[in-house]
Amino acid sequence: MSSSAVHRFGGGEPLLEIKDLGVSFATDHGDVDAVRGVSLFVDPGEILAIVGESGSGKTVTARSVLGLLPETATESGAVVLNGRDVVQMSATQLRRVRGADVAMIFQEPSSALNPVYPVWWQLGEGLRAHNPKLSTKQLKERAVEALREVGIPDPQNRINRYPHEFSGGQKQRIMIAMALALGTKLIVADEPTTALDVTVQAEILQLLRDVRDRFGTSIILITHNMGVVADLADSVAVMHDGVIVERKFAKELFAHPEDDYTKKLLGAVPRVGAHSASAGLSDAARQELAGHEAIVEARGLEVTYPGRLGTPPFRAVRGIDFTIRAGEVFGLVGESGSGKTTTGRAIVGLEEVTGGSLKVFGYEMRHLRERTFKPLRKDIGFVFQDPATSFDPQLTIGQCIAEPLEVHEPRSSAADRRRRVRDLLSAVQLPVDYANRFPHELSGGQRQRVSLARALVMRPKLLIADEPTSALDVSVQATVLELFRQLQAEFGFACLFISHDLAVIDMLAHRIGVLYHGELVEVGDGAQVLGNPQHPYTKRLLASLPVPDPVEQAVRREEFRRVDEELAGRD
Amino acid sequence: MSQPVPLGVESRREPWYLRLPVIADVRRSVGLQRGMLVTGLVLTSILVLVAIFAPLLAPYTWAQTSADGVSFGTQQPPSAKHPFGTTVSGFDVASRVIWGARTAVLVILAAVVMSIVLGVLLGLVSGYLGGWLDRILTMITDAIYAFPSLLLAIVMSIVISGGQSSAFGGIMSAAISITVVYVPQYFRVIRAETIRLKAEPFVEAAKVTGAPVRRILFGHIFRNSTRTLPLIFTLNASDAVLTLAGLGFMGFGIEPTSASEWGYDLNRAMADVSSGLWWTSIFPGVAIVLSVLGITLVGESMNDLNDPRLRRRRASKKATSADTRGDEPTADAQEVR
Amino acid sequence: MSEINSAGGPGSPQNGVLTTGPGVGQLVPPPSTRSRRRGNGLYRYLLVRFLLIFPTIFILVTTVFFLMRITGDPITAALGGRLTPDQLAERRHAAGYDRPIIVQYLNYLGNIARGDFGTTYSDNQAVTKILTSYGSATLELVLYSLVITFLIGIPLGRLAARNRDRWPDAVLRVFAILAYATPVFFLGLLLKLVFSVKLGWLPVSGRISASGEVQMQQILNPTPFYLLDAIRLGSPALIGDVLSHAILPALALGMLNGGVFLRLMRTNLIGTLDRQYIESARSRGVSESRLVTKHATKPALIPVITVMGMQIALMLGGAVLTETTFEWKGLGFMLAQYMTSRDYVAVQGIVMMLAVIVALANFVVDVIAALIDPRVRY
Repeated sequence: MSSSAVHRFGGGEPLLEIKDLGVSFATDHGDVDAVRGVSLFVDPGEILAIVGESGSGKTVTARSVLGLLPETATESGAVVLNGRDVVQMSATQLRRVRGADVAMIFQEPSSALNPVYPVWWQLGEGLRAHNPKLSTKQLKERAVEALREVGIPDPQNRINRYPHEFSGGQKQRIMIAMALALGTKLIVADEPTTALDVTVQAEILQLLRDVRDRFGTSIILITHNMGVVADLADSVAVMHDGVIVERKFAKELFAHPEDDYTKKLLGAVPRVGAHSASAGLSDAARQELAGHEAIVEARGLEVTYPGRLGTPPFRAVRGIDFTIRAGEVFGLVGESGSGKTTTGRAIVGLEEVTGGSLKVFGYEMRHLRERTFKPLRKDIGFVFQDPATSFDPQLTIGQCIAEPLEVHEPRSSAADRRRRVRDLLSAVQLPVDYANRFPHELSGGQRQRVSLARALVMRPKLLIADEPTSALDVSVQATVLELFRQLQAEFGFACLFISHDLAVIDMLAHRIGVLYHGELVEVGDGAQVLGNPQHPYTKRLLASLPVPDPVEQAVRREEFRRVDEELAGRD
Repeated sequence: MSQPVPLGVESRREPWYLRLPVIADVRRSVGLQRGMLVTGLVLTSILVLVAIFAPLLAPYTWAQTSADGVSFGTQQPPSAKHPFGTTVSGFDVASRVIWGARTAVLVILAAVVMSIVLGVLLGLVSGYLGGWLDRILTMITDAIYAFPSLLLAIVMSIVISGGQSSAFGGIMSAAISITVVYVPQYFRVIRAETIRLKAEPFVEAAKVTGAPVRRILFGHIFRNSTRTLPLIFTLNASDAVLTLAGLGFMGFGIEPTSASEWGYDLNRAMADVSSGLWWTSIFPGVAIVLSVLGITLVGESMNDLNDPRLRRRRASKKATSADTRGDEPTADAQEVR
Repeated sequence: MSEINSAGGPGSPQNGVLTTGPGVGQLVPPPSTRSRRRGNGLYRYLLVRFLLIFPTIFILVTTVFFLMRITGDPITAALGGRLTPDQLAERRHAAGYDRPIIVQYLNYLGNIARGDFGTTYSDNQAVTKILTSYGSATLELVLYSLVITFLIGIPLGRLAARNRDRWPDAVLRVFAILAYATPVFFLGLLLKLVFSVKLGWLPVSGRISASGEVQMQQILNPTPFYLLDAIRLGSPALIGDVLSHAILPALALGMLNGGVFLRLMRTNLIGTLDRQYIESARSRGVSESRLVTKHATKPALIPVITVMGMQIALMLGGAVLTETTFEWKGLGFMLAQYMTSRDYVAVQGIVMMLAVIVALANFVVDVIAALIDPRVRY
């Protein structure tokens, strides 16, 4: 807290000074202090990352810079921007400051753009708010200029388009263009890359760095991702429970974290190669796994969604081959739209196999008949991505876990079921009395443990895990992944582990498949695929993943640029 | 927040009677919303109580034109003997207004119960199974939905009773007419909800487990799709009162000698209004307005409370404006349904 | 359509605000092909929507035909009891009601396809003739009431949304609920009682006074609307006459729909104002009033228009009742007349025509909504 005064990025007056900021919210259960006594400096041209997990108060702190807090919030302290205190400003003063002195970029570019107005109009609204005299022609000219600045091709035509006609990364570029349009000196970026694919993330981070270098704009970067911090930030403030626990230059923080929480946070970040599951296998073990019977066998697997009335059908999975053997964890990695989830769902019959062959325990899924497949279902478990929606809200945790038992062993006694539920709860390291609770009473991490328990209650031979930790905070993710490793070792099930995160896949998977636009571009031993990628896409994917180490990340950034150019050259 | 935090006492399940739709809603509401809800509940209770105790409350029966051999006289202004006056046919207005509550409540109950049973059943099956059955049912209900409901009710009442009939026949035909109008609405809502739930991971989880369709449909989907039913119930109940009155006003209601019906009375009062007699129209009209108002207020407030966008919370918006990564107990607790 | 929207008029399920396809939306093809697809998408959507009118009408026609015929034939209903059984049988045979129902049905379909909705029994008129002579009156009433609906709905809806949970909002919400809870015919009677009978300011009923009607007949090719004709005749007294007759019915009907519109506007504006793109515009310094009038109004209007399209049915029902109350000689008034005389051919014909009108109007509304919304894809 006090350390914030020590670390100064530049000389002279700071651009922004937050002094002892406190924010509390009125709630049903009394007041909640979201931010408690936060003090910060941001110097001209500095990129400050505020990093923390959910509920740490990082977003609230950042929003207070624009005075964008809900009505239920009460603020204390001061937020001094260009010598003026934002906390004390009237509505009109705030309006003049917003956009001109400080601008904001949001997490979801899709929802931060108005769907029914063309891009130039939305950009122009900010300009017009500060200068009502601008004509439509001038607004359009400024919009073209702004889009060109952020690298949107063909800006003359594209300013007339609507947000849904742009990709996610382009939308975020437009948001950045809007922030820059008024020549602001400070941008507050709230998780600007969280909703984007990792390769797009790398591009947006690059753009933000350019913006700082070209215009000297300061950036407050709100993020939970330590890799992003390492990539972009000059200095870092770590927040936990509404308090800044550590504030340092980025290089220093990653090299010598002092606070316990910071250390824990850094330790929880999965890194490629750090705990590689496949590298940990002995050659003998690998040989043995390779000799096991195949549980899932895909040959030219295709899944096509029929198009609606006139639209062409969508081929989500375009003829892929892979095998999952007993006791083996097969990691499937890819970005959104790559078909990885579809593949997982096809294995349990949630998607229809439309071409090729998919055999699960020797059963051909292409001719799926629920009646004949049902006996096999007890050998398959499934863990869903979103812990909030994967349980029937009307049932207790115990009933949820026991459901497979009721379906497959209708004659088992209630006492027997209760015993097995208890066993499973202990296996996933939850208190046994949680059986009587309802799903909404558990946190996300706890629910994901229950999800594992439900999937494992029949002692399945195959488990499909669809991004089971992507909705969790990083420290929670670490404990759930560790638990997963233990359970896999203990129960010995085969597993299809689906994730967009290479580091997570590396921690768990013996073998890895890389999906790109429905095609499996690379399959192989985990350490091999990640250590020596062959396909350019794998290279690009790997290079775009930021690592929590500023020095190493600077090297990797260059690598990404090189791979990118190489790819561009091939096209 | 590194390790899952056990939640405090407040999010534990409360006793069942506090979780009942209406009671839970009153407890959750604040300010204006509570005022609206409580006003609505009071008006609705009055309607129901008057309907139940009509024989005790009403000075005469609905079809009485004389008492103790003395004729009431026609179009008499309000007096001690006839607090609301008498009609052109010599009925006591006060008695007809009070008995009218009974007709209204009976029709609402019959209509809404019938349409809920049919609409929910069809909606569940159609939404879950999909395919051609779903397409045909959707097309039919959409067509009926686009049809002016009053006209449909008129057609139905012609079909069922040839226009006019006895008390039971009249009430049932009004109820069935209204049912036909509302089945498509329940169908649409439940079907949409079923389709939404069908894609929810918890239903897919049951499917992956191998749970049979029956279990998924009635065990998981039905129980979760019905949370909006109390809401539609109240909204349709108020609409049913209006449709019944509209039918009566068009002359397709219940014979005045079989039962009392407010819309019919208003129809008969049309000529009175032109000659400046106010009591024959004002009292039944106000009765309709208050009944509909009461039920609508309940429905509106419940809708607001159930819609996170509209619910006015004592709680802050922290859950929505702060991080949304979902491991936050406060956020979870507020999502409680 | 997962949530019920009370603002859509109680009980009307709200149209979902654009859903995406089965999880395939993430892939973004290059811009050129996308823009082309969008253009096609709009036309295809409109075409599909247009073609859907026909099954809708077919289903309605079929349903109404068989329903009306379950109870017997129109001749028995209209003349039963007044004729001897032999006479009745003869009349039925002449009209073809003794043929198999399927034959009658196919015949009926053929007639409708040719635009023949039958002939009334009580006064022997072609049903289509009733439409042309009385439809314009209904249309005129509906248009007047729409003006009032919009005058009430949009500004007051905005006012309520901006002052959410403060007193103007409270007052307007109570007003909107009262407007809904008061049946049009009761409101009509109240207005009549106060403004016509007690105060004597406005005429009690009808579209025009008797003397005005005489003047009207001077016009050679009359337009469907009295107001237009009065303006063409250039007589201020006549214009006043026409308007004074229109005020109360338009107010009664407009109030009902205005209340619905107000609530829809309020709910959707509140929902839209919570969206992140509003917050995003706010973060760029756009003023609060402009956020409401520009940024939020257009997105909020799309679902409002869609739901109002569904409300057309409600409005026609209201028009029938309003016409009966004010003896406004339109389709609704005639419908009530024919119902009293048990002329079910006329009733069936008018009901069918109204249904067709609703189906067409729904289509028009959908087209408008599609044109406003750039995201329409199909």
